[in-house]
Amino acid sequence: MRVDHPSRNTSGRKLGDDAAFPGKGERDVDGPRERAWPSPREVLCWGQKLWGVLVSSLPRNLDDLIACPQCDALYRAKELAHGERSSCLRCHTQLIAPRKKAGMIIIMLSLSIMILIGGALWFPFLEISRSGFRNSATLIDAALAFSDGLLVFLSLSVLAMIVLIPLLRVMLVLYVLTPLVFDKPPRAHARPAFRLSEALRPWSMAEIFALGCAVSLVKVADLARIDFGPAFWMFASVVVIIMVQDRYMCRWSVWTALDEDRA
Amino acid sequence: MAGVVHMTTARDMGLVACTTCTKVWPIATERCERCGATLQSRDTQSLSRVWAWWVAGVMFYIPANMYPMLSTRTLLSTSEDTIVGGAVELIKYGSVGIAIIILVASVLIPIAKFLCIAYLALSVRRGTELSAGARFIMYELVEYIGRWSMIDVFVVAILSSLVQLNVAASINPGIASLSFALSVIFTMLSAQAFDSRLIWDRLDEDDVARAKHSDLEGAR
Repeated sequence: MRVDHPSRNTSGRKLGDDAAFPGKGERDVDGPRERAWPSPREVLCWGQKLWGVLVSSLPRNLDDLIACPQCDALYRAKELAHGERSSCLRCHTQLIAPRKKAGMIIIMLSLSIMILIGGALWFPFLEISRSGFRNSATLIDAALAFSDGLLVFLSLSVLAMIVLIPLLRVMLVLYVLTPLVFDKPPRAHARPAFRLSEALRPWSMAEIFALGCAVSLVKVADLARIDFGPAFWMFASVVVIIMVQDRYMCRWSVWTALDEDRA
Repeated sequence: MAGVVHMTTARDMGLVACTTCTKVWPIATERCERCGATLQSRDTQSLSRVWAWWVAGVMFYIPANMYPMLSTRTLLSTSEDTIVGGAVELIKYGSVGIAIIILVASVLIPIAKFLCIAYLALSVRRGTELSAGARFIMYELVEYIGRWSMIDVFVVAILSSLVQLNVAASINPGIASLSFALSVIFTMLSAQAFDSRLIWDRLDEDDVARAKHSDLEGAR
């Protein structure tokens, strides 16, 4: 024998729901429509907006707030211990990640990048040999391979992406960070310099060029023999050092440091 | 990814955030005093710039596939290879692995990028089934992988500077390398023009709409 559970009875639960959300049929019969109760979700949303209006009308210190640049979520920033990191809760963009002695390490790495790029420009990059003919190309040769007509534009942008922009970024970082690390006031135009360095980040393509070398190596393997020159190894280490340097860079800390010095 | 969490945004609090240095200002502020960047709570022009660069990128991608990327001259023969032609040639000679790398880097990824950017831009206006978290991952992938398409241009540059062996063999760049590079650059600019905060705004509105919808469903 089957017994209906009390909760299956439509009288109790269903009635309450109907009162909150009148169906189409009832609306016509009962005359003026009863106002639907807002869902908890909406109440939460309104509450949040109201809270926003209230809070934004109060005078307060905006310096300790931080907004995620990717999704606009707002947080209260605080100084983290070295090695700690904080990321945005919903989009996981890294917000604050200070590292021990990061400034000094970044300066050292930047100097080595400059020296290595200089060396990589000087020495032969790749060497090729086939049936008695030999040829070697430097980094500059590779960048300026597109020499005729319209392709000159390509030469210039390749040169910029693999040599000039990485070099410029390193110099900008040195310019901005050196005074901060040695507790001196920042140099003139340090802020636009750091902003430029950040804006150029996606256009620095040294690592892509290094992988391009590997692909070209395999591509002409059946055509001729290719050997890596000393410049290739210098360039490869530049790629690795740039990545390490990027890991040490905490943007928020740099901007805060630039701010403190003005105050 | 905690995509459905509603977070209090700077805009909710009547503030505007600097996307360069993450500092927040009262909403009417026009320029970030800390880093000097122009402030906009949401970049309203974002989508039209995305589409402009996107169209330019697609336009240059077509000739990049029609014209030769590089011409190879050996003792006996001269051949001009387009992107796909070169990959087919590689498969013929047995280096299937490299052919796949080239096909993925210069055919699959560019086309996927065009589709993803178009999808993201459309979904801001029209809403979508895909969660904001998933769309943000898509956006980050496009931003990250976009640059790697330049590898093909670099390979052409390396080969044509290196393989200059008098009569034995020489490789010279073709005109397609220029239009391919321009296509990659324009697509990168298109992705950069996209204001990723728009992904999450839509989420907040969608959430409320969905909650309302499900409440009504439950009542029926």
